[in-house]
Amino acid sequence: MKFTHLLGAAALSFGAVFSGAAFAADITGAGATFPAPVYQAWAVAYKEKSGTGLNYQSIGSGAGQTQIFNRTVDFGASDAPVAAEKLEAQKLLQFPAVIGSVVAIVNLDGVSANQIKLTGPIIADIYLGKITKWNDPKIVEVNKGSQLPDLSIVPVYRSDGSGTTYVFATYLSTVSPEWKSSVGAATSVQWPAGAGGKGNEGVAGTVKNTKGAIGYVEYIYASSNSLITTELQNKAGKFVSPTVPSFQAAAANADWAGAKNFAASMIDTPGDTTWPITSATFILLPKEPKSGTQAAEVIKFFDWAFKDGGAIAEKLHYIPLPEDVANRVREAWKTEVKADGKPVWTH
Amino acid sequence: MDATLSGNADPALVSARKPTGRVSDPVFVGILWGSGIFVLILLGLIIAMLFEGGLPALQEFGISFLWNTTWNPVTEVFGAGVMVFGTIFSAVIAVVIALPLSFGIAFFLTEIAPGVLRRPIGVAIQLLAAIPSIIYGMWGFFVIVPLMAAYVQPPLIEWLGPLPVIGALFQGPPLGAGMLTAGLIMAIMILPFITAMFVEVLESVPPMIKESAYGVGATTYEVYRNVSVPYGRTAMVGAVMLGLGRALGETMAVTFVIGNATRMSASLFAPGSTIASTIANEFPEAAPGSLKLESLLELGFILFVISFIVLALSRLLVRSRLKG
Repeated sequence: MKFTHLLGAAALSFGAVFSGAAFAADITGAGATFPAPVYQAWAVAYKEKSGTGLNYQSIGSGAGQTQIFNRTVDFGASDAPVAAEKLEAQKLLQFPAVIGSVVAIVNLDGVSANQIKLTGPIIADIYLGKITKWNDPKIVEVNKGSQLPDLSIVPVYRSDGSGTTYVFATYLSTVSPEWKSSVGAATSVQWPAGAGGKGNEGVAGTVKNTKGAIGYVEYIYASSNSLITTELQNKAGKFVSPTVPSFQAAAANADWAGAKNFAASMIDTPGDTTWPITSATFILLPKEPKSGTQAAEVIKFFDWAFKDGGAIAEKLHYIPLPEDVANRVREAWKTEVKADGKPVWTH
Repeated sequence: MDATLSGNADPALVSARKPTGRVSDPVFVGILWGSGIFVLILLGLIIAMLFEGGLPALQEFGISFLWNTTWNPVTEVFGAGVMVFGTIFSAVIAVVIALPLSFGIAFFLTEIAPGVLRRPIGVAIQLLAAIPSIIYGMWGFFVIVPLMAAYVQPPLIEWLGPLPVIGALFQGPPLGAGMLTAGLIMAIMILPFITAMFVEVLESVPPMIKESAYGVGATTYEVYRNVSVPYGRTAMVGAVMLGLGRALGETMAVTFVIGNATRMSASLFAPGSTIASTIANEFPEAAPGSLKLESLLELGFILFVISFIVLALSRLLVRSRLKG
């Protein structure tokens, strides 16, 4: 009896110490690793401005979903959109926070960035193990003028489950019927060929170690490490380099109005300058939060991020949401997130 | 009270102190019991959690989950075949590499090494055991993998690949990462454990027997082969099993260098995966309540059972030696 009292008292004082130190209004989030750098950068800037801190744990989309399903955090974050019926069952609002792109990287002697041109079907055939040499006629055909070696292609993929793989595999499913029927798309898939590296750094390292390797990483990772990226053919048939304007074109050309739960596809969207492998990363917010004030703080944070966080996002090579998409998200906050029947945020 | 503080050995006070002992002793014993039981409960709960969590996967796929070689997260068809094979294959490679090295080091330390060298080498081996596994992983990834890809694998593939039967072990492109590299890294990791037990066993060989052998004219090698090793054979097998057990569960270092492919291949150079590496790779993105998560928990349970069997065997062998 006494012991439980003692424990209770200890827990109370512990709690008091912690809440006192961390200020009551701090918000907590957990999930996707891909947007973690920008969430953390936003958190620092936002804390300076508003005094409200964000404690974001980048533990992976799956684990982030578990945490928000159990309501142990204020918001969850997921790279792949969550199925509509699951959102319904868990009473969650899903909205995009920031946009990122996936690029292909290669290791070939004497090849500079964006010198090699590739098409979606070629990449799909490489990862299916059907194109095995760099001087395959299909690759030579789109790379007239470049000298391609008689070298085995080693496809490298993410061995850990990741939103990056989900986006990349979705792209391959879109451009290659054979990929769609034999492999498909998910956060990890059964790769018919190649070797896996853990995380962006694992893929980049394996590509760097292996002559003739090809891999895929998030653009932020490729650009901050000066990796050898390739050009890619988009839906309009044009070859484009992975640059911020080409990602923005993808975001602008996506069908946001017709998308349910903001899960608009930015894979292989039309437009001459569009980069074909682009996707949003999502936030999951309870529609009937336990604490209305906490939910309002989360919304305030993302409202600020949409308004003033664009420069920080771009500096880290993410694409901020287009203005009209941000306004759609604000509308959803107003109408869908309610505590005791009243909207928690009304700006 | 004052008398107690001043430390007077008054017999009346000594007996007066006893009641405290009467109270504190059962409490102390109770705490000890609690600690002991706690371990059992903890172990039981972990087994129960893994079993219960993985049960849906077992019900879905049946007992063939154990040897089915498909691991397809898209169609949600899962089987442990590739991982079970990879786990055992890489661990066996590790033991095959570590065993002769351990024999050499242990015998060198106990018989040959001059006193000045004995300590530094002994400490160096202990330090190998103290290096965190993630460091081995990084070292393997950045140093060993490129070396294997450039210098070890190409000639082996060229020379041994065309041979019948054993040629199957040396197929595929020289990726660097793969079963052999994983086994090599793990061999270094389990080396200290096997060596330490070998040294212990060799030191426990009664000097009289060895001296007698030398006395009848046996050479160092003959004493080693015919006296020391037979004397400690069972315990040595136990030590190897212990190393094997450690290699089975190794996670981080293996994930870095094994190439992480969920395809079955008999080649030493082919990328593969182990149970532990698959769990490390897939767990963070496994959605709650999904068949994938349940399959991963089932994988964990299988690893638990394999490790348990190996550990039980090793204890049995080591103990039989100690009793003898």
